[in-house]
Amino acid sequence: MPVTDVKHDLDALTLTIVADFAAPVERVWDVYADPRQLERVFGPPSHPATFVEHKLAPGARSTYFMTGPEGEKYCGIWDLKTVDEPASFTFEDAFADEDFNVVESLPVSQNSYAFAAEAGGTRATFVSTYATAEGLQKVLDMGVVEGATSAINQIDDLLAS
Amino acid sequence: MTERDEQNEDRADALFHALADRTRRDILRRVLAGEHSVSALAASYDMSFAAVQKHVAVLERAGLVSKRRVGREALASGELEAVRSVSSMLLELESVWRGRIARIDELLAESHPTKE
Repeated sequence: MPVTDVKHDLDALTLTIVADFAAPVERVWDVYADPRQLERVFGPPSHPATFVEHKLAPGARSTYFMTGPEGEKYCGIWDLKTVDEPASFTFEDAFADEDFNVVESLPVSQNSYAFAAEAGGTRATFVSTYATAEGLQKVLDMGVVEGATSAINQIDDLLAS
Repeated sequence: MTERDEQNEDRADALFHALADRTRRDILRRVLAGEHSVSALAASYDMSFAAVQKHVAVLERAGLVSKRRVGREALASGELEAVRSVSSMLLELESVWRGRIARIDELLAESHPTKE
């Protein structure tokens, strides 16, 4: 299992996850640089992702959508901030309408992905920060959740307890 | 939607509304660590007693904080169970990431056939 470390910061609503991949840094970078590879890994099998535009360059905007099992479409954008190939990139992930206009009323997440050579492979560190619990909730509601439990079930459990 | 579902949705709205404010999250952190009087809380912020009281009331309506009265003091404490739901959301996000990382691993294995 490539995941080696996970940190939850409840106050900062930040998830940090570290994974070790058995491939060189450049190869792992390619997964993120190439939209055709990225869409194979980004969405869970139930919600495949399609990247319409995608280029890892500072100031570039990626546009993507995920398609749910009932055909529902969830659109999002990445606004690339810093890009240091092949070591790291940072971006804001925001919700968008079907024309890829950012939906300002919905919170964005700040993301930082870093890749470093480690023991013949690559150590990847992914950090996602949500400004509000509502933002995090919305992301989970959008269907990026894998596995049986949805956030809403957990709220129901909470309310039932 | 049944009436019960409706009630649950209303409570979920209250929960997320309550957590969407920095001051309220800060108040919640304090009262999770131990019971605080509302006046002691008010002294910690650069805002009026009434404003802090309002924040506590929002947290209380969301079920994140409970209050009891001792003499003239209103004492607030955090409801751990309710806060755990935030941590369960981060756990869910973790499961999303675990899935994603497993898929990256598979994709990398495809382009790198098994090594000797």
